[in-house]
Amino acid sequence: MSTSSEVTIGRNGTVRVRRTLRSPLYTLISAPIVIGLLSIAPWVLPAQLSTTLTNFYILVIMATMWNLLAGYAGMVSIGQQAFVGLGAYATLYFALKGINPFVTIPLSVLVCALIAVPVNYLLFRLRGGYFSIATWVVADTAMIVIGTVAILGGGTGRLMPGLQNLSPTQTAHFSYLAAWLVALAVVVGTSLLLRSRLGLVLSSIRDNEVAARSSGANVRAARRTVFIIAAAGCGAAGAVLTISQPFVQPTSVFSLQWAAEMLFVSMIGGLGTVEGPIIGSIIFFALQQSLQQQGAWYLIIFGSVAVVVALWQPRGIWGAIRDRFHVEIVPVGHWVESSAPPRRWPRRRSAHEPTVPSESPDA
Amino acid sequence: MTWTNVVIQGILIGGFYALFACGLSLMFGVLKVINLAHGDIAVVAAYVAVFVTPRVHLPEVWAFLVVVPLFGLIGYIVQRTLIQKSIDRDPFTTLLVTFGLSVIIENLLLEIYSANGQVVNIGSLISRSWHPATIVYISYVSLSVLGVAVLVLAFLQLFLSRTGLGRLIRAVADDREAAQLSGANYRHVFGIAAAIAFATVALAGIAYGMMTQFAPTSGGVNLLFAFEAVVIGGIGSLWGTLVGGVALGVAQQIGAHINPQYQVLAGNLLFLLVLAIRPQGLFGKKTALA
Amino acid sequence: MNGALLEVRNLTVHHGQLKAVDDVSFTLNDGEVLAIIGANGAGKSTLLRTIAGLHRATSGTIAVDGKDLSKMSPHRRVQTGISLVPEGRRLFESMTLEENLLVGAYHARKGPFTIERIYELFDWMPERRRQRAWQLSGGEQQAVSIGRALVANPRILLLDELSLGLAPIVIERIYTLVPDIVANGVSILIVEQDVAQGVAMADRVHCLLEGRTSLTGVPADLTSEQIDHAYFGAELSHRPPPEAVDP
Repeated sequence: MSTSSEVTIGRNGTVRVRRTLRSPLYTLISAPIVIGLLSIAPWVLPAQLSTTLTNFYILVIMATMWNLLAGYAGMVSIGQQAFVGLGAYATLYFALKGINPFVTIPLSVLVCALIAVPVNYLLFRLRGGYFSIATWVVADTAMIVIGTVAILGGGTGRLMPGLQNLSPTQTAHFSYLAAWLVALAVVVGTSLLLRSRLGLVLSSIRDNEVAARSSGANVRAARRTVFIIAAAGCGAAGAVLTISQPFVQPTSVFSLQWAAEMLFVSMIGGLGTVEGPIIGSIIFFALQQSLQQQGAWYLIIFGSVAVVVALWQPRGIWGAIRDRFHVEIVPVGHWVESSAPPRRWPRRRSAHEPTVPSESPDA
Repeated sequence: MTWTNVVIQGILIGGFYALFACGLSLMFGVLKVINLAHGDIAVVAAYVAVFVTPRVHLPEVWAFLVVVPLFGLIGYIVQRTLIQKSIDRDPFTTLLVTFGLSVIIENLLLEIYSANGQVVNIGSLISRSWHPATIVYISYVSLSVLGVAVLVLAFLQLFLSRTGLGRLIRAVADDREAAQLSGANYRHVFGIAAAIAFATVALAGIAYGMMTQFAPTSGGVNLLFAFEAVVIGGIGSLWGTLVGGVALGVAQQIGAHINPQYQVLAGNLLFLLVLAIRPQGLFGKKTALA
Repeated sequence: MNGALLEVRNLTVHHGQLKAVDDVSFTLNDGEVLAIIGANGAGKSTLLRTIAGLHRATSGTIAVDGKDLSKMSPHRRVQTGISLVPEGRRLFESMTLEENLLVGAYHARKGPFTIERIYELFDWMPERRRQRAWQLSGGEQQAVSIGRALVANPRILLLDELSLGLAPIVIERIYTLVPDIVANGVSILIVEQDVAQGVAMADRVHCLLEGRTSLTGVPADLTSEQIDHAYFGAELSHRPPPEAVDP
């Protein structure tokens, strides 16, 4: 049996489509172990590490959402921080109304999803770079508007109520758990999404949009759905952010820095893969921890690496690993197998390669 | 401040926005590239004017004589190397690369020069202004910037419509392949367009430094305005960019007049309104749209 | 040097995974008109575009005066004397008639074709010179496209599907120019779907079928049957309809 992008089917040969590369048993066994370990982490690890992990989860959530938008649906947004901020402020608002901060998370997600609908209709009038900058305008507008609302703290910000009863350690533990659970939900949810019919449409858009359209995929509807999901996901990240860093301020939650981090992390980790944002986030945090004393240098280095990756290895780290070694941690792909003998020169490419550059000079 | 003054101030700042934006418009029209680092290039030019030109014994106010051509050259080189390489991949990559460059530039400036505000020293010129009527103040600096903006745009327009090279640029913008078939080296033409874009935005950056304080993050905010000016005026039209800039400036001043917090918001709202009602802008062709 | 102006040898060109041109060879001599005919999708346009440099060949050579062009970019091939009038006219829409010609003249070689000469060739042009390209009719646009290519003073003019979308009388009028152009020292490679037109114009004919050469020769020596066969690739014989099956 061979897996390759060109499958020769003899007269009596058959074709099978597999959804996982190796036995799902590996994932079934290792996943609970990993999940279990990470769940008890705050009681086992020093507080500093816990906090770092919390921030790591938040970044994973944002990067996974950005990757869904850009890597699968082809929309480069530099305005997702709009929803991070809106999620944060929604949480603040509900907390001010007396609702338990942790219960506000799903509420904030809903708010962001609802706001995303009209925003989406406005933004979809633009394409490419103009879409991108327009997303930024939206984020900027959201920041300014929120900044004028006095009860939410205006431009100076305010403290999240409802967490004062807990001790700092308890707050840290609970916010860790919140971040961890939301991150888990987001990653698992994204994987399930990509395994679904919508996921198939998204993968086809990622690989070749024109072909996707001509195959009957409703590209526009898929994009709309993804936009709303990404907004909701970033809203969740914002909500968790507020819980873990209870002082909410417009310039920090609506900061363009989030956009930069989401982008760089997904780019380096591997656009168009589920594992990519996670790997990129790991590298990001490793770099940030080691260069902590040097101010903004970690961002400069990270940004440079992202540019280099974009130009020379656009599939990112995980993309390169996956293509070379045919591995997949999260089973979202489709692998075609035939019973024909392997070709004379085996082509070591996966069945769903990222965008193949077209032959004609103008794309 | 009465409404007349509001409108006049809006026009003055609009000229600056147009100067800032014409390079963005050109790069999009010809190369089909949105340069997300466009604003940051202007800021780098301002920093060069303040910190580097004094080293060569050139007063800051004359810095543009050296900085503008220098940035033109830099633009050509950056285009033929980095940007061309990302164009060869896909538009997606150019967005990512230019955004990455923007973040790198801003943080580098932050590391080297800190977040303190800087100003381009133009001596006593900064406080002088003209009083055509009792409540109307027109600062000399803003007026000169408006004048320079109009001159540059007129010159650019003439260049594009009357010269052979300008025609080549327009040809490549219309149909890159057909231009190649007519003997044009499109990469070189791209380089020229980028050179013009970098040079004009460098000029705009220095002008900005003369009018107000600048800091490493000033590029971002001005990119936003430049983009809004281009979209309001119409993608693909130089004079449209001027009109768009003025419209944006006036909207912002009106907003500021109502409540200082609303200045940027008013501009954003105008932009979003144009997007909702007439996405191709006031004078634009329906090219970049969905 | 054996005197062939343009020599194409064993040219193979791929469009993605599709083999658009399959091992095609031919020569174009000085002062000749060669017609490449074939059905839609036979690979004719890809062939011309590859000669002009817009496509990269998978294998084979393209030589002008014995010099291999394969590594040359399109704009440099214009300098060597190749000019392509592309399929679909492809004028610069936002520019005027005269500006379109001026662009063609910017990198022109020395030769008999100046803009004035083009205005003599097409006497309707001078008074329409300031009209924008999109305001011209199909036939007029085709004329401007040819003019734009001629103004570069090529030695080899490549004409890609001139007749597409044009009325027969317009096509005829355009094709009457061909002898004039040849008389000025230009050799012509025409690609045509319209067989009659192609055969009438040409000194020699080369037929493509699914990327491969199916027939070459001098028009006088070829029968219309041979051409049909080469064009369509099947015997157009008459077979009786299949017997109805008895219930």
